[in-house]
Amino acid sequence: MTDLQPDLQRDLGKRPSDDRQATPLPNDLTARELGRWTWRQLTSMRTALVLLLLLALAAIPGSVIPQENIDSLAVSQWRDDHPRLAPIWDRLDLFSVYGSVWFSAIYILLMVSLVGCIIPRLFVYARALRARPPRAPRHLTRLPESTSYTTDVAPEVVLTRADDVLRTKRFRVAAGDDSVDAERGYLREAGNLVFHLAVIVVLVGVAAGSLFGYKGGVIMLNGEDYGFSNNLTQYDDFAPGSLFDPDVMEPFSFSITDFEVDWLTEGDRAGMAREFVAKLAYETEPGGETKTYDLKVNHPLTIGGTDIFLIGHGYAPVITIRDGEGNVTKSGPVVFLPINGQTFESFGVVKAPFAKPGQIGLEGTFYPTFAMGRDADGNLTMPASLFGEALDPLVSLSLWTGDIGVDDGSAQSVYVLDKAEATQVVKDDGQPFRMDLRPGESVTLPDGLGTVTFDGLQRWNKIQISRSPGSLVALGGVVVALIGLLGSLFVRPRRMWVRARRQDDGTTLVEVARLDRSSGGDPEDGAAELEAVVAALQEDTDTRTDSNRKDES
Amino acid sequence: MSDKWWEVFSYEAVIGAAVLYFLAMLAYFFELASLRTASRTSELATVGASAGVPGGAGAADGDVDVEGPSRRSEVAGRLGLVLTAFAVVVHLVALVARGLAADPDRVPWGNMYEFTISGTFVVALIFVLATFRIDIEWLGPLVTTFVVAALMAAFLALDDAVLPLPDALNSPWLVIHVVSAVISTGAFTIGALLSVLYLVKARSANPTGYLARIPDLKVLDRLSYRMHAFGFPVWTFAVLITGPIWAHQAWGAYWNWDPKEVWAFITWVVYAAYLHARATAGWRGRNAALLALVGAATLWFNFIGINFFSSSSQHSYAEGAAQERSVVLRLAGPVETAQEVGVVVGADDARA
Ligand code: HEM
Repeated sequence: MTDLQPDLQRDLGKRPSDDRQATPLPNDLTARELGRWTWRQLTSMRTALVLLLLLALAAIPGSVIPQENIDSLAVSQWRDDHPRLAPIWDRLDLFSVYGSVWFSAIYILLMVSLVGCIIPRLFVYARALRARPPRAPRHLTRLPESTSYTTDVAPEVVLTRADDVLRTKRFRVAAGDDSVDAERGYLREAGNLVFHLAVIVVLVGVAAGSLFGYKGGVIMLNGEDYGFSNNLTQYDDFAPGSLFDPDVMEPFSFSITDFEVDWLTEGDRAGMAREFVAKLAYETEPGGETKTYDLKVNHPLTIGGTDIFLIGHGYAPVITIRDGEGNVTKSGPVVFLPINGQTFESFGVVKAPFAKPGQIGLEGTFYPTFAMGRDADGNLTMPASLFGEALDPLVSLSLWTGDIGVDDGSAQSVYVLDKAEATQVVKDDGQPFRMDLRPGESVTLPDGLGTVTFDGLQRWNKIQISRSPGSLVALGGVVVALIGLLGSLFVRPRRMWVRARRQDDGTTLVEVARLDRSSGGDPEDGAAELEAVVAALQEDTDTRTDSNRKDES
Repeated sequence: MSDKWWEVFSYEAVIGAAVLYFLAMLAYFFELASLRTASRTSELATVGASAGVPGGAGAADGDVDVEGPSRRSEVAGRLGLVLTAFAVVVHLVALVARGLAADPDRVPWGNMYEFTISGTFVVALIFVLATFRIDIEWLGPLVTTFVVAALMAAFLALDDAVLPLPDALNSPWLVIHVVSAVISTGAFTIGALLSVLYLVKARSANPTGYLARIPDLKVLDRLSYRMHAFGFPVWTFAVLITGPIWAHQAWGAYWNWDPKEVWAFITWVVYAAYLHARATAGWRGRNAALLALVGAATLWFNFIGINFFSSSSQHSYAEGAAQERSVVLRLAGPVETAQEVGVVVGADDARA
């Protein structure tokens, strides 16, 4: 259809969305003009599109470069490998992309643009809701989807009937001078507005979580003797949001009474652990009733606004050290950290800084199921753990003495032995002294340092505790956004007009036209609707139809 | 029947489905070839004056019979669709058998092989279902070629043992999450195929053969849009609703910016931009098709590429037969261990 005046089509197809396009810079610049111009640019459709694509682009580096708050270990390795690039990356915030100034700038601009775009549209929409459907354009049959016919029925009758037909088709209908004007599909714009507003709600929810929430971790030995109560000092690691207030921490406490693992003993994945259950005994407040909970992967415990997750486990050999004078200077379970996630071969350190005559430091490996590896020729090679379950547990420790650097009070990791001032104890042949102990076994240390006993095994769990206020707001926001989106994508706004005029020969010329205003409209559906309306109008009347329905061009 | 039996049966069914897809593909290619000869023959027929001599039953190529090739091509096209439909059924059987092969029975989404056979199933299924509602049978050659290629790749490069799901994958949310992710991946993939067709057809000034067979540019554009409009809400549901819910339960944080999540987010933003561009900037046709292909590239990169590219994904199916990442502290060595666990204590009192 080429003879349709472009301005007619523009006018008819006009949508609230079309009124915000980027405009050229005005040439008489006052500060106010400039401000207004900037605002128009920022809230224009093109800017929104550019910002969206920028956001996608800006998210990429974070999936390639290790991120500080996700995998700080990988970051420090990366720093070691690229000593020259690392400072530059640091300056560009590339190790924490999603908290960086430039990433935030993009989404904050997007949100500002969104607000600036949506608020005016809300008013436009509110007005459109109250307004009558737009009047029929003068040349109805010039619209791409239109048809006309003549009939002997009087125009008033046709129009009354049209009013009826369109109302039953759930159009909103208004009477014009010689026409019936109808529109439906208002929910599309409503859905669109809801979607965009909900995006803001989601962002608020997410922001609340990261500002006011926290995430912390603790390694907890199993057993009623070892309890955790929820306050800052009890955490091993703690990452609060920048507006976090410790007063909101729920006063619960718990201990892990038992821990069970279902190890696969056969099949391709033998050795894999499948189900983990940590049995918790917890109180929601001091002195409260003690309840129990089976803490599992995928089954966190929620207390108030705080969630407790099981995220790791391992072994803690119980070790007793008697010094040269026969005093027990160290006794209890020592957390060994797994080196291998399959076999649970674990590394740990035991320190007895107050032992006399000399300090004692032990460092070594724990094997839940000990075996000597063999090479292809059957020769013994490295010791190893066959299996994660403690079927044949063994600790293999080397011995250090001298100054292991614990008594001066400086902060030190319990998982690292400070060997700077310490010396390793060696056997007569010059080989390092090693002890291999199974549960219940003891060894007497050389040089009268004392004895070490491996009393038995304890287990530990790594528990993560987090509070993310606003997560339900964010979830609700996404759900509402999705519903809005469905409306925006699948409701099809359209207008229909029926005009009836008496012609000179006494017959009535009826023109029917339809205008689809959605982006994905299907011409076949449109044609079907048009035909249905015409058919309903023509029922029981004798007519000649002169269809000039055209495909949109 | 034993798990082993089901496993073997599943492999056989996948092969059977692949063979059927392959035959369907051949039928479609035959249809195209006879379309081409048909157009050549009809040219001949109009040029030569001898049109009207009825051809015998064994009408060969170049014969003046105008009716023969087009009827033959129609039959071939029908046959292609029927074979595809059969293949889809066998494919479904293969998926179910794969799930039954695991102990305990589970959904067949434990590793890349299983994801790929599920994803291709959905692509083929959407295609077959779509033929009931819209005229889209001409997409058959592309869909079957794609599915055959992907199944071969799955078989040759991605095959992996039937293993129990790691604990973190053991959640009803996983089922919903993956079903929706796979469905939207299928829809986006078909949308991308349509966009490719659009671009190819738009470039050729005088389309012949297959390009002549497929509908107008306008129709291609609109169908592609509708595939994307269908896929986008489903993807939103998968990535921004069920994904975070599951992540929250399994890892204690609903969004971790793990590479899989980052790329799912990127895909989402690109498709949002695509819909946006169409709705507000009036992008149609070429530009929209290009943006759709960017979206598909991010989608498939996330599905396959990221697993080879990035090592720090928490999504355990990305690791082949590796261990349960979320339950085992991932440790490289004893000293870093301390940093990883974040335990630095003044005196010798490991947390009790
Ligand atoms: C987080 C950022 C945004 C996202 C994810 C987003 C997403 C979307 C999506 C998916 C659509 C398609 C719905 C449809 O086809 O009807 C859409 C439409 C639209 N968006 Fe956005 N958008 C964002 C920001 C903006 C901004 C900043 C503006 C204003 C400058 C805006 C204005 C519009 C308009 C006018 C439509 C078209 C509605 C219609 O079909 O009439 N959006 N948006």
